[in-house]
Amino acid sequence: MATLKEEKNKRVKKTDQEKNEMLELFRQMYLIRQFELACGENYTKGNIRGFLHLYIGQEATAVGSISCLNDEDYIITHYRDHGHALARGLDVNRSMAELFGKKTGLSKGKGGSMHLFDSSKKFMGGHAIVGGQFPVATGLALACQYKKTGGLVVCYFGDGSTNQGTYHETLNLASVWNLPILFILENNKYGMGSAIDRVRAGGEDFYTGVDTYDIPAAQVNGMDVLAVKEATEIAVKKVRQTGGPFYLECKTFRFVGHSLADGQKYRKNDEITEWEKQDPLMKFPEWIKSAGIATDKDLEKIKSEVNKIVESSVEFAESSDEPSKSELNDDIYKK
Amino acid sequence: MTEILMREAIKKGLEEALDKDSNVLIMGEDIGEYGGAYAVTDGFLSKFGPERIKDTPISEATFIGTGIGAAAAGLRPIIELMSISFSLVGFDQIVNMAANIRYMSGGQIDVPMVIRAPTGAGVQLAATHSQSFETWLAEVPGIFCVCPSNPKDALGLLRTSIKNNNPVIFAEPALLYGLKGEVPDEYYEIPLGSASINQEGNDISLLSYGAGMSILHETSEILSKKNISCEIIDLRSLSPIDYTTIGESVKKTNKLVAVDTARKNGGIMAEVVANVQESFNDWLDGPIIRIGANDVPWPYNKNLEAEAYPSSEKIADSILEKLI
Repeated sequence: MATLKEEKNKRVKKTDQEKNEMLELFRQMYLIRQFELACGENYTKGNIRGFLHLYIGQEATAVGSISCLNDEDYIITHYRDHGHALARGLDVNRSMAELFGKKTGLSKGKGGSMHLFDSSKKFMGGHAIVGGQFPVATGLALACQYKKTGGLVVCYFGDGSTNQGTYHETLNLASVWNLPILFILENNKYGMGSAIDRVRAGGEDFYTGVDTYDIPAAQVNGMDVLAVKEATEIAVKKVRQTGGPFYLECKTFRFVGHSLADGQKYRKNDEITEWEKQDPLMKFPEWIKSAGIATDKDLEKIKSEVNKIVESSVEFAESSDEPSKSELNDDIYKK
Repeated sequence: MTEILMREAIKKGLEEALDKDSNVLIMGEDIGEYGGAYAVTDGFLSKFGPERIKDTPISEATFIGTGIGAAAAGLRPIIELMSISFSLVGFDQIVNMAANIRYMSGGQIDVPMVIRAPTGAGVQLAATHSQSFETWLAEVPGIFCVCPSNPKDALGLLRTSIKNNNPVIFAEPALLYGLKGEVPDEYYEIPLGSASINQEGNDISLLSYGAGMSILHETSEILSKKNISCEIIDLRSLSPIDYTTIGESVKKTNKLVAVDTARKNGGIMAEVVANVQESFNDWLDGPIIRIGANDVPWPYNKNLEAEAYPSSEKIADSILEKLI
């Protein structure tokens, strides 16, 4: 897979469209970062409650991969779901309002941080039982296959979920039924506080184990948004051609704790500092500038626009109404 | 009217749905080539093809969840479990996913799915294959739960279950697949959440569901010899529960006996009895009697299993002792 450096050498001349695509990737990653920082701040203030799992550090994975999808493709993910939601274009105000538990939230304040949904964008949830999303992804893919929609399903999951039975069952079934699923592993090396090497037999690379299920697999640097994009383009093309599954492992890292309640005592020495050198929000803009795609001024303009969007989302969430008590019994059953 | 077996009634309901709606498909272990553990789907594979009659690996969590995803994307899957005891392997998918997904998405995602599962003891399958977890599932908001006791109800309830836009647990008493009964020739449906009065009477209301119904009829015969007239109610639906029908009967007879072929402790009848006590206390002329299976793991041995199972003799004795 290409690295940023190779990309730089390979594509000196870029079309306007390519430049705009690059800037859009930056905009989305910056949006996620700022959104997450605002979430952290509002968690401290008590505006956001429950569990809050931030995506800080992993932005390149969601943004790079989701940029390759069409409208008819489904996305289903885990509880660290803000990044995927924003990359898919879910409304920023309604996303923030959901975290605040407000009536204007995506799920009317009934789901919270771990359960973001927008069926109109085929965003089928954040799911908070580790590994619970695998079987549902299989069903979404079965529907794509059965109805011949041409769509596929991207199923995001973390390394921690690979020890659940549903992981293995779903890889098996997706292969046996040849279902159009792109499995994207976000290998951030820790399932909550448990480092992979403490809980997994077979080393720290996962993609090599997938041939057991006869599924093509690849690994990519998940901190490098262009590498993720390129790898996903190849993977998506393969899924559309064969109608069957593909497995993409993104090596990534979260710069913050598992949740806001995490003191990160389990981290190895200097590990965070080392990974922060690969921060996509630092490396990618550096590359954009050195490749002559945009100047500091252009990037500052994007940042300033995004900052306003995030600030307004907090204002929107704060000023929105709480759901009324009469809504307690709504939405349980479809009439 | 035509007389058919319980398994034939269920088969008829499935076949109708497959004929009528191309979005209906069936998934489960050995439902295709093998024809189903209880032969309900026998012949479906050749009639409807492998795209709609899908044999699954032995992965309950995953094929239940596959049903959820397929339903969320617009299909109307029917899942067959070989035993409701196996629902435990997929309980996370049924409860955390199927039941919760609509609520936690704020009503955005519907899961029109039926999970069929043989339930109950009485066929010497021992502890892991004889349980009745419809009573656990009935507690969960977001799903419906029904259990027919005869071919007519099985067909009527299956039709409404498949048409319903929510997850429905359709528990099939394993003892009753071979039960014969009359089924109307004209089309009919039975709404979810409706109990039925199977026999009118004046002195005592007897309530059960599924395989418990034949025990109630035996009990009624014993008591009729002592000139005690029993009204017999079939709960049919464990979620929601039809307290109107139960309440009307209690107002008439002023006595209630609730019988469960599942374990008594924490069973569905505990819930029913508590609610009847709260809402209809003024009409009750005596204690509500609750009888269930013994609170033991189901034994394999025939005599031991029979000892754990509620019997009409035990019920009649209890009524004569406490209510008459």
